Amino acid sequence: METAITILTGLFFVTAIYLMLSRHIIRILLGVAILGNAVNLTIFTTGRITREVPPIIPEGALVPQEAIANPLPQALVLTAIVISFSFFAFLLVLVFRSYQEIGTDDTDEMREAEPRDEAVPPLGY
Amino acid sequence: MAGKTETTVDLARAMVLAPPQAADYLVVAPLVVGFLFGALCLMTRKNTDRQPFLALSGLALMLAADIGLFWHVWQNGTVVMTMGRWLPPFGITFAADMLGATFALTAGIIGMAGGLYALQDVGSTGRRYGFYPFLLLMMAGVTAAFLTGDIFNLYVWFEVLLIGSFGLLILGSEREQLDGATKYAFLNLIATTLFLLAVAYLYGTFGTLNMADISRKAAAMRETGPLVTIAAMFLFAFAMKAAAFPVNFWLPASYHTPRIVVSGLFAGLLTKVGIYALLRIFLTLFDVERDLLAGAVVVIAALTMVLGAMGALAQNDIRRMLGYLVISGIGMMLAGLGLGSATGLSGGVFYALHSMVVMTALYFLAGLMGRHMGGFALDRAGGLYSQAPWMAAVALVLLLSVSGLPPFSGLWPKVYLVKASLDVGAWWLAFAILLTGLLTTIAVGRMFAFSFWREVAPREDGEAVPAKGRGITAGALVALTFLTVAAGLYPAPVISVSDRIAGELLTPNGYVDSVFPSDQPVREIEQ
Repeated sequence: METAITILTGLFFVTAIYLMLSRHIIRILLGVAILGNAVNLTIFTTGRITREVPPIIPEGALVPQEAIANPLPQALVLTAIVISFSFFAFLLVLVFRSYQEIGTDDTDEMREAEPRDEAVPPLGY
Repeated sequence: MAGKTETTVDLARAMVLAPPQAADYLVVAPLVVGFLFGALCLMTRKNTDRQPFLALSGLALMLAADIGLFWHVWQNGTVVMTMGRWLPPFGITFAADMLGATFALTAGIIGMAGGLYALQDVGSTGRRYGFYPFLLLMMAGVTAAFLTGDIFNLYVWFEVLLIGSFGLLILGSEREQLDGATKYAFLNLIATTLFLLAVAYLYGTFGTLNMADISRKAAAMRETGPLVTIAAMFLFAFAMKAAAFPVNFWLPASYHTPRIVVSGLFAGLLTKVGIYALLRIFLTLFDVERDLLAGAVVVIAALTMVLGAMGALAQNDIRRMLGYLVISGIGMMLAGLGLGSATGLSGGVFYALHSMVVMTALYFLAGLMGRHMGGFALDRAGGLYSQAPWMAAVALVLLLSVSGLPPFSGLWPKVYLVKASLDVGAWWLAFAILLTGLLTTIAVGRMFAFSFWREVAPREDGEAVPAKGRGITAGALVALTFLTVAAGLYPAPVISVSDRIAGELLTPNGYVDSVFPSDQPVREIEQ
């Protein structure tokens, strides 16, 4: 099981990096989304994949009766998913607005903040 | 539930039984205030006239809490507070040592200055776009990142401050801002995601996220765990956050686009969070790995500072020049981290505090200059000296300070760093530091000569100098300038603080012991 998930995570990373190397922002955005999921899967795997029961302590007992699943990675992944989802939403709107304003989603053409023909600093007094 | 009371549970082994002292609340007070007033500002979004007053009260309270915390930590050592009473590492810990408390205090000062400067820089449009809520939430995120003792929480606070900074960056939604914000947002998000990946490996290796817990377990894991790999991943992620060469190009692409007060706050706060995280990770958690990576860190540091200063020389826009000076300063702080000696660390920390104040002040100055000249282009600048001689005086102080010339605060950390690099025989690093000082002096000297001394013909659009309420704006700038002059002329207090921080960083036992009092045994690492 670990092997399968590891290979899947690796594929996610490869896809994410491939997409992020693109010139078009919408592809970069998809790459960032996949990168987030690759990292989430990594967190999940680092908590050790087990087939144990949920971490519920029976009534009357003070400690779990048998081996339990590790709940912490799931809490971490949940937090990370919420954060990356909100950032994805924000970035999507940002990309759409800059596409509307600048008229391109090609990073080479987006030169508003760093124009190509910017004046050189004064060379004489 | 009744009937189980006879079973004896030793709660002291799992929970904090002593009620928290009143002083412990100081650790969380700044961020509670930040979130509270951020929320209040959000509630008054329909009535934005009330926001400046609310925000300034919030920032003042935050600053007061930061001062209280700093004073308490200075007197009594590290303060620890654990959420939910579960003993660390199970409960989430907030821990303020000298490093965290000092950075939080400086951030509080910067935030207060920014809030004052914004009174004139952010009009009703900016307020409607939510400047004040974003400002307070970003301040809360920054302060919390300095004070948390849990590495996953550090990630969460990074994201909190990041979303606040996104909001501030696109205030106004101009084309330039959208372009800058796109690049800033993507690269910072990727950096934080890589940070999270490193946290994942850290958790997989140690099974804990509490920084003090990792610190005391690291020695046992060194044989088996991939600690150098994890440390290198942290280095990459935080170097990207701190804008170290070669992952720094998002900074000059975005820092000149927003309102000047936002640029100033970013320059003072955000890259320094990356530096703080590097210091924390490498000295508290991975001291042996720091020694292994030190060679790479000092090379990165030297390249960052020299190329940053050269980048500043090549700019025509004053704000973009300042962006490169921020990068150049990051190189200085990284040099302190790479040297790793008490002198080097002390110099690096001092430089970070100096840079927080001076870079913010420089952006504020640039804002005033731009208002007088009607633009930020150096080739069209001029004539400021006759218009505003007091501004020339402030500018001269700040420009000398950023280039590290006496008698201002930039000098002392450079002296420390040069001495530390010569102590270990790294003459080339000392040379890079001095060369950076020279190049910075040329860059800022040219800016001073062109914008203050050169006479230009009056522009046809008139010298649009809004005289209205310039007092508060200038007041914030003068207050920050006063700090750099004071720290330059009388550096003993700052040096004693940074020396103590360096000492604490080099012996993290104190930090670990205050999170885990000695009666608690080290839990073995189960495999």
